Amino acid sequence: MFMILGYPAPLMFGQLLLGLINGAFFALLSLGLAVIFGMLNIVNFAHGALFMLGAFVAWGLLNFLGVNYWVALLLAPLIVGFFGVLLEKTLISRLYKLDHLYGLLLTFGLALVIEGLARNEFGSSGVPYPIPSQLQGAMNLGFMFMPIYRGWVVLASAIMCLITWLIIEKTSIGATLRAATENAPLVQAFGINVPRMITLTYAGGVALAAFAGVLAAPIYSVNPNMGANFIITVFAVVVIGGMGSILGSIVTGFGLGIIEGLTKVFYPQGSSVVIFVVMVIVLLVRPAGLFGKAA
Amino acid sequence: MTISRRALIGTAAAATALPLAARAQSPTIRIGVLTDLSGPYQDIAGVVSGHATRQAVEEFASKGFNVEVLVADHQNKSDVGVAVSRQWIDRDGVDVIIDLANSAVSLAVSGVCKEKNKVCIATGAATSDLTGKACNPNTIHWVYDTYMLARSTGGAMAKAGGDTWFFITADYAFGHALTRDVSGFVTAAGGKVLGDVRTPFPGTTDFSSFLLQAQASKAKVVGLSNAGADTINSIKQAREFGITQKLGGLLVFLSDVHSLGLDVCQGLVLSESFYWDLNDRTRAFSERLKPKAPTKRPTMVQAGNYASILHYLKVANAMGAAEAKKDGAATVARMKATPTEDDCFGAGSIRADGRKIHPCYLFEVKKPAESKGPWDYYKLLATTPAEEAFRPLKDGGCAMVNA
Repeated sequence: MFMILGYPAPLMFGQLLLGLINGAFFALLSLGLAVIFGMLNIVNFAHGALFMLGAFVAWGLLNFLGVNYWVALLLAPLIVGFFGVLLEKTLISRLYKLDHLYGLLLTFGLALVIEGLARNEFGSSGVPYPIPSQLQGAMNLGFMFMPIYRGWVVLASAIMCLITWLIIEKTSIGATLRAATENAPLVQAFGINVPRMITLTYAGGVALAAFAGVLAAPIYSVNPNMGANFIITVFAVVVIGGMGSILGSIVTGFGLGIIEGLTKVFYPQGSSVVIFVVMVIVLLVRPAGLFGKAA
Repeated sequence: MTISRRALIGTAAAATALPLAARAQSPTIRIGVLTDLSGPYQDIAGVVSGHATRQAVEEFASKGFNVEVLVADHQNKSDVGVAVSRQWIDRDGVDVIIDLANSAVSLAVSGVCKEKNKVCIATGAATSDLTGKACNPNTIHWVYDTYMLARSTGGAMAKAGGDTWFFITADYAFGHALTRDVSGFVTAAGGKVLGDVRTPFPGTTDFSSFLLQAQASKAKVVGLSNAGADTINSIKQAREFGITQKLGGLLVFLSDVHSLGLDVCQGLVLSESFYWDLNDRTRAFSERLKPKAPTKRPTMVQAGNYASILHYLKVANAMGAAEAKKDGAATVARMKATPTEDDCFGAGSIRADGRKIHPCYLFEVKKPAESKGPWDYYKLLATTPAEEAFRPLKDGGCAMVNA
C-alpha cells in the first residue's frame, strides 16, 4: 500500500473527501452570512439559530404533516425565509443607520432567544431525522466507503453556491442589488423599492441557512445547539474569505473544510483550533481577508 | 391609600415572625435539586429530576415535619453551582443538595456540603473520584460512576470476543478517565487497545474522520468515551459510514437512545443501573411519575433522585427531623447504616466511602421490529451483582476507608 506522509493513501483520500463534505456546510452557511453582510452591512449572529430552525422545521414537517425530505428541502427554507422577513421588517431594519455593533448585539440576542425557546420545547438531546430512502446506503470508492447522502450534500451545496453567485454577479437583479448597497438613494431615484429588496436579500440569506439546516438534519444530531456549534467556525470562514465576498466565502468554505479534515488525522486535538490559526495568519498578512477589497 | 412607615415595619416584622413561629412547631426539611436546566444534561436530569424528587416527598407523606423542594440550574459551571449551594444553605436553610449532573459541579458542591455539614447526594455525576480521592463524610454517590460503566460495558464486550479496541475520546477529564478505566478491563481480559483518538471538546460535530481512523485500525470494538450530543453524533455517523465494528457506548442514557431512534441505535450495547421497563416495581414507579412528565420515561439519574430522597426522608424521620437538620455528617452516617429499599433499585446499601451499591445491567438496544413503541428500547443481556458492580472499597483511595 503506498503511503502519503506516513499515512496509508486510502485513509488520506478519505479524509480529503470528508473535508470537502464539511467544507460544503461551511461554504453554504458562510455564503448566507456574506450575502447578508455584503448587502445589508449586518453581522448576522442569528445565522446559526436559523440553520437550527431549518433542521427543526424539516423535522416538524415530517413528523406532523408527513412532508418528505425533498419537499422539506424546498419548504423549510421558504418558511424560515418568511420568518426572516418578519425579523427584518420588525427589528433589523431599524438598525441600518447605526453602528455594526448594534446589529451584532441584536442578532446575537435573537439567536439566544430562538435557541432558548427551542431548548425549552425540545430538550437538549434533540430529535431523530432519517436519511431519505433514495439516498441511503453507500458506494465503495475503493479507497473509502462513501455514504451516498454525503455525496448529495456536496453536490447540492455546490449547486446552491453556484446559483447564488450567478444571481448576484451575473443577473440584472444582482446588479441592482449591488448598486443599492453602494448608493441606495440613487437606486431608489430610479424607481426601485430598495427597502423591499433589502428585506428579500435578508430572507434569501436566511433561507440559505435553513437549506443547510435541512441538509444537515440526517447526519448531525438535530438539537437546539447545533447552530451554535457551527456559527463561530463559519464566522472565521467569512473573515478569512473577506467580509461580504461571495466568491471568497465559497472558496474558503471548501478549502478550510479540507484543512480541518487533514488536521483530524495529523493532530486530532487541534482540529477545532486550526481554522482560527489560519484566521490569525490571514488577518496579519491580508487584513481584508483573502478575497476582500481593502476599505 | 397611604402607608405609614411604622405600619410597614410592623407588617414586615409580623410577616417574618409568622413563618418562624410555624417553623418552631414542626421543622421543615429543605431539599435543593441542583441540576442542568438548560444545557446538554437537561434531558438526563433537568426538570424531571425535580419531579422525581417531589414524587418521593409525596409518597413519603409528612411524618411530623414539612418538606420543601427547591430546583435550580447550575449551568454546568462549578462556580455557579457553588454560589447557588451557599445561598441555599446560608439563606434558605437547605439541608440536602441532590442531582449534580456534571462531574465538575458535583466535586465542588460536595466540598461545600462538607464545609457546612449538610448532605450531598450526587445522582447525575459520573466521576468515581466522589467516592475515591475526593470522598467525604457528607457525600453519597448514588446511581452510577465511570468505574461501573467501564466494568460493565467494557468488561462484557471484551469477554464476548471484543478483544481489540479503538477509542474515540472526548478530550477532557471525563473522557480520559473513561478510556483509562475501560482500557484496564480490556487488557485485564487479555484484549488489546489499538488506538485512541482525542476529539476536541466541546465543539466537535463531525466524527466521520475519527470513525474512518477507527475503521482503518481494524479493531473489533469502537469505544465511545464521550457523552450527550457527541455520542449521538458518533453513533449516527458510524451508521452512515457503514462502520461494521461493534460500537461500545460507554455512557449512553435512555434519552439519548430516544433522540437517535432505534433505526440508528439498534444493537448498541450499554450499561445502566435503572430502566423503567426492568420489572414490575420500576414500571409501577414510572407509572406514578407519569402525571408529572407525561411524554417522558425516567432516566436512571431521575430515578436516583427519587430513590435517594426516599431513603433520606426515612432516615431523617427515624432520627428526628431536627437532628437531621443539625448534623449532615451524622445523617449520612445513619443513611449508610440503614439498608436501602425502593422501587427503582430494589434492596441495596451504602458503603463507608459513600458509594451506594446496587446491581448494574448490561442492555442491548432493540431492533425497530422488536420494539412495541416509544421508550420500549432495551433488552437485558447481563446483570452484574451489586458487590461486583463497583470499584472495591480498598482500591478507591478514600481516606475514610483507610482510617
